[in-house]
Amino acid sequence: MSSILVLKDVVKTHGQVVAVNHVSLTIERGEFFSILGPSGSGKSTLLRVIAGLDIPDSGTITIQERIVNADPPHARPVNMVFQQYALFPHMTVFDNIAFGLKMQRQTQPCIRAAVEEMATLVRLEGKLQRFPEQLSGGEQQRVALGRALVNRPVVLLLDEPLAALDQQLRQDMQAELKHIQEEVNTTFVCVTHQQDEALLVSDRIGVMAAGKLLQVGTPQEIYEQPVSSTVAKFIGLSNSFSGMITRTKSGICWIEQEHFPLMMARCPKGLVAGPVFVVVRPEHIHISVDQPCNDYENTLSAVVHDVAYHGHEVFYYFCLANDSIWTARVPRAEVPTPSLVVGQSLFLQWAAHEGFALSD
Amino acid sequence: MIHLFSHSLPLSVKYLFWGASFFLLLFFFLPLLVVLGVSLASRGLYGGVEWIATLDNYRRLADPLMGIIFFRSLIFASLATIVCAVIGFPLAYMVARASPRWQLLLLTLVMIPFWTNFLVRTYAWILLLRADGLVNAFLIWFGIQSEPLSLLFTDFAVALGLIYGYLPFMVLPLIVAIERISPHLEEAAYDLYASVGAMFRHVVLPLSKPGFVAGGVLVFIPSLGAFITPYLLGGGQKMMIGTLIQQEFLVSRDWPFGSALSFALMGTALILWFLVSRTSFGKSLP
Amino acid sequence: MRALPKPLVLAGFMTMLFLYVPVIILIGLSFNASAMGVTWKGFSIQWYEKLLADPSIMDATINSLIIAVLSTFFSLLLGLGLAIGMEKWRKGHASWMNILILLPLVIPEILMGVALLMVFVFLQVPLGFGSIVIGHMVFNLPLTVVILRARLRKFDPIWEDAARDLGASSWNVLTHITVPMLRPAIVGAALLSFTVSLDDFVVTFFVAGPGSTTLPLKVFSMIKTGLTPEVNALSAIMVVVSMACVGLSWLFQSQAYSFSIKHDSSS
Repeated sequence: MSSILVLKDVVKTHGQVVAVNHVSLTIERGEFFSILGPSGSGKSTLLRVIAGLDIPDSGTITIQERIVNADPPHARPVNMVFQQYALFPHMTVFDNIAFGLKMQRQTQPCIRAAVEEMATLVRLEGKLQRFPEQLSGGEQQRVALGRALVNRPVVLLLDEPLAALDQQLRQDMQAELKHIQEEVNTTFVCVTHQQDEALLVSDRIGVMAAGKLLQVGTPQEIYEQPVSSTVAKFIGLSNSFSGMITRTKSGICWIEQEHFPLMMARCPKGLVAGPVFVVVRPEHIHISVDQPCNDYENTLSAVVHDVAYHGHEVFYYFCLANDSIWTARVPRAEVPTPSLVVGQSLFLQWAAHEGFALSD
Repeated sequence: MIHLFSHSLPLSVKYLFWGASFFLLLFFFLPLLVVLGVSLASRGLYGGVEWIATLDNYRRLADPLMGIIFFRSLIFASLATIVCAVIGFPLAYMVARASPRWQLLLLTLVMIPFWTNFLVRTYAWILLLRADGLVNAFLIWFGIQSEPLSLLFTDFAVALGLIYGYLPFMVLPLIVAIERISPHLEEAAYDLYASVGAMFRHVVLPLSKPGFVAGGVLVFIPSLGAFITPYLLGGGQKMMIGTLIQQEFLVSRDWPFGSALSFALMGTALILWFLVSRTSFGKSLP
Repeated sequence: MRALPKPLVLAGFMTMLFLYVPVIILIGLSFNASAMGVTWKGFSIQWYEKLLADPSIMDATINSLIIAVLSTFFSLLLGLGLAIGMEKWRKGHASWMNILILLPLVIPEILMGVALLMVFVFLQVPLGFGSIVIGHMVFNLPLTVVILRARLRKFDPIWEDAARDLGASSWNVLTHITVPMLRPAIVGAALLSFTVSLDDFVVTFFVAGPGSTTLPLKVFSMIKTGLTPEVNALSAIMVVVSMACVGLSWLFQSQAYSFSIKHDSSS
């Protein structure tokens, strides 16, 4: 596989704000790559820099082994699906999709054939003569997708493509987006602030915060081995505490914390001492009602704070000795009986390898 | 110049931009400078301009006669502005709050006078007010008067003409301002025990201020410098600044003094505009 | 919704009557057979016939139309450049320009008239068509810019980004995106400029020369030299024409696209 898009040390400032801070990134051909980060993290700016809509202050952008820094947007082999779609309100769906081809001065029959083919792919047959405002949110989204894809971009950039859709539609579109990507076999670079979306559809994810790229990896790596507390906090619900490493042995460390007994957790190589931040995923928490069970290395006493039912899962919230609130996710089938009541004292347990320590 | 525009613009747009700027410079700002320059020059023997610097033209403004004309103009303009606001508000409110079907009709009816020739609308009042005009015909027919009243060429006619002429300029900004006030605010006021009068006093009128300000400027400034109305309905005897300037330029051919008068008029208008834009609601100016 | 307060509606209708009664009487009298006074002597269209037979009125009408078309066209052309340029201007420069562009609209017309007269005389520009067109452009250009900028402000820059991303050059963006989306404002500005130009008396009065009499100048001289009923007929026609203009502007506005798409910027 060859790298299709390479960013090297890209910096972009808006006045005093450093929107993109020395970002380097390599994206492979055919990948579905997501840039995940909270709003204001600079991820949209990064996308605009790739598209050529913003000029970077420094650094290079290479597309297909060609440095494109000096190229205006219309000379770059990338296209973008804009946030809120930016469909031209004075053009029909057909004219919106045909716009890029018209700009490239393709012949009428060529344009017609390409637009119709694209309409089939994004399921807009029969809607080509409508105006954007006559379409539903999902249809508008597909027009935006078709308008960009019809130009056969080397890389398709998507800026929060699903943010404007409601919950149900978003889930359908996630699957459809992945399906279309496999169909056209194009590299997708997608910016989003929704971790479930990123985890579900991406081949790889880059986590961004405050202009910096914190970690790049597969969804599994990002989820299970976050490199820092910021990444861990942003990916999924996490229970956490800070402590000091007392000793380490074959990838496991022992951690001291003021209010807790001695804890054990996985720890990355090289981390041998000092303050750490320990994360335990809610699905790894086991609840022992009467007495702690010996299968687990870690045990904390807790008090039931609240219970929330989420369809097939139940979320329990517990108050710990250090007054922090932890969450446990339990599948419906494994809910303890009799059901827990608020104020009830019990034990939370997890195995040593189910928690992980990060340098703080 | 390279960094003047933040995005790339087609060259043709840049040329048009500089062309338009040059046009305004040459035919708007230069003329104003010329007025200033001429107002400081002297009148030539045969009505031309002699370039001898003097402040005489401004001294002549202090003449009590000029004072009276300026004062009359200010009074007329203020009166027209106030009356337009008072009679324009109910109409504007009615249009702004009408049901959509009625609104289009009412708005069209308000727009038509706005687009109709000012001269023609002023002329209509001559037909009504002259000695054998319709108003006198009615008064005599109903036996209220036995002799025709002299209505034309009076202060009354001038004030009426200004109010009639500039009323649409008050109503339209008011409609825009009132439409921006959410009807929910009115319902909330009623819900909180406000009477109709109290609701208007505490909710609609204060929130309509941007409309009153914009409309006020649009009525006051042209009224202050009005020429057609005092000329046709005042018969040239009831002078205002506008008729005086016209006389100095085209009859007496005293350009320097006419320029000084014009400059004083502009000064008054601009000071007023500046004062209004300094107030808290001035941001809503057109 | 609550019914409108009755006294207010009554007052509103009174104001509406005040606006219309003089104009309606004017139109009515234009069909009066009597040459003098207001006494009704039967329906007649003789004043309209007389009007059409008067070549000087036809000349004035043609002059007015030519001047209005020219000043509207050039105002629109320059106004587009100025409005788009101002929108693209780096922030900070535009604020003083915003105020300067409004000045011609708040300065008393008579001042503009005398100021232009003096400049034309000093620059030895002959008074006539050219000077009138320039005079009208002085207020039509800012008017056009104000209307176009109001529309441009609702214009989401993301549309331009999208077009550039899809391969449009800056010229293509202008012709395919900016101008089509401005179309309702362009039509509105053109109609308003055209009407204002047709209507203008004061500035025209000062900068007109022999042979360039416009319709308002003709009406003015007719009123001054004696009230013949032909003036009524001419005035009535002008009222009807302005009604048609309002109708036209509604027609074009109802075709305007909705620009309700909001663009909330995240990151």
